[in-house]
Amino acid sequence: MLRKRIVPAIDVLNDQAVKYVQFRNPTIIGDPAELGKKYTEDGADELIYLDTTASLKNQDLKIDWIRKVAEQVYIPFSVIGGVRTVDDFKRLLRAGADKVGVNSAAVQRPELLKEAADIYGKQCVVLGLDAMPIYNEENEILRWEVYTHSGHEKTGMDVIEWVQQATDLGAGEIICTSIHKDGMKNGYDVELIKLLSEKVNVPIIASGGAGKLEHIEEVFKDGNADAALVASMIHYGDYTISEIKSFLHEKNINVRF
Amino acid sequence: MIGIIDYGAGNLHSVLKAIDRLGFETRLITKPIDHEESITKLILPGVGNAKVAMDVLNNSGLSHYIKEQVAEGTPILGVCLGMQLLLETSEEGNTEGLGLIKGSVPEFKENIEKVPHMGWNQVKDVQNHFLFHDIPENSDFYFVHSFYAKPKEERDILGVTNYGFDFASVIGNEQVMGVQFHPEKSGKFGIQLLDNYCK
Repeated sequence: MLRKRIVPAIDVLNDQAVKYVQFRNPTIIGDPAELGKKYTEDGADELIYLDTTASLKNQDLKIDWIRKVAEQVYIPFSVIGGVRTVDDFKRLLRAGADKVGVNSAAVQRPELLKEAADIYGKQCVVLGLDAMPIYNEENEILRWEVYTHSGHEKTGMDVIEWVQQATDLGAGEIICTSIHKDGMKNGYDVELIKLLSEKVNVPIIASGGAGKLEHIEEVFKDGNADAALVASMIHYGDYTISEIKSFLHEKNINVRF
Repeated sequence: MIGIIDYGAGNLHSVLKAIDRLGFETRLITKPIDHEESITKLILPGVGNAKVAMDVLNNSGLSHYIKEQVAEGTPILGVCLGMQLLLETSEEGNTEGLGLIKGSVPEFKENIEKVPHMGWNQVKDVQNHFLFHDIPENSDFYFVHSFYAKPKEERDILGVTNYGFDFASVIGNEQVMGVQFHPEKSGKFGIQLLDNYCK
């Protein structure tokens, strides 16, 4: 049986791995390749690099650090951030990335997903999805809306309609970040992850909100996620990946050791 | 020297880098070369579409080269799509393969599990094959594929993985071998498997 994946997310700014406090004030925490190697040795199943340089400032995508990661890391890794064209896919994949994530550009021009999938295959086209719930007057969730530009712009699009369109076009995996949960450390948006898992037939990586081990257990058991993204939990040294995996294994979740 | 068949496959460089770092000499083979070149083993990488890959191999003369080398006893290891190309036919683009192992390559049906089969899954070494030397039983390897190998002969199945049903994740017949997963992306045991093949 396919294992549930634990996927560390590493933010990259100007070729350095950084961590953000409340989405600002980046502090350098190391070299992207060194950090990736460390997490790999500790049992990470896959890595996701979020290049915040590219997405915030529209700079040209930098690829030197990606090459270094590819040389030192022997597990799959995705690069997300600032990807706009099929040419961007080509450059990142050639530099050694296994998958490329696209977010705002796919919302602006959904055909990008198809163009990339037709050339490189669905397996390396990852849809980055930022979502926020819409409530009714009784404070019940009516639906979720798609956001872009690192969660700054609302699109008015319905999340489920969008992921169905995106997977039809060529997205082979979805990283779903719930903006209102991100950085709060009070758990993933399990309800949304569960809904996505029911509605589309591609793997779902849950992102945003993990603060303790039980949150990961919950998103696998109740949300039916295929993978859980972890960031602050491990970057701040609260947990190691092997601790996370031992815990999940004890809870009868099928993880790789 | 390990000859890596270069026909534009997506994972070529990660395979190459992994072999280099193990300390083996490598050479990219883009067209049929003289046998004098002391190529002792071949690797056929591959990510992408079977029909497209076979067209490139056929048009460049590499298909003929590979078959000739294998006939002379040179071992070959197919990786992912490279493994699927070792069989006689593939449903992906309805193409003929290299025919080095008897059997076909059907597509996963979506009603069984999510397609593609993507992620870490266990491989059971069913024949105590040397590729698994120094690798613990039922270790995990990283898979990404929508089609799978279906060898005609039971004896050509070296490793088995369960994804809704048991499929052949490692195949082989004498000096012809193939792995469906990506050893170059499967952490230390993947690297161990490449080392086992190359040495």
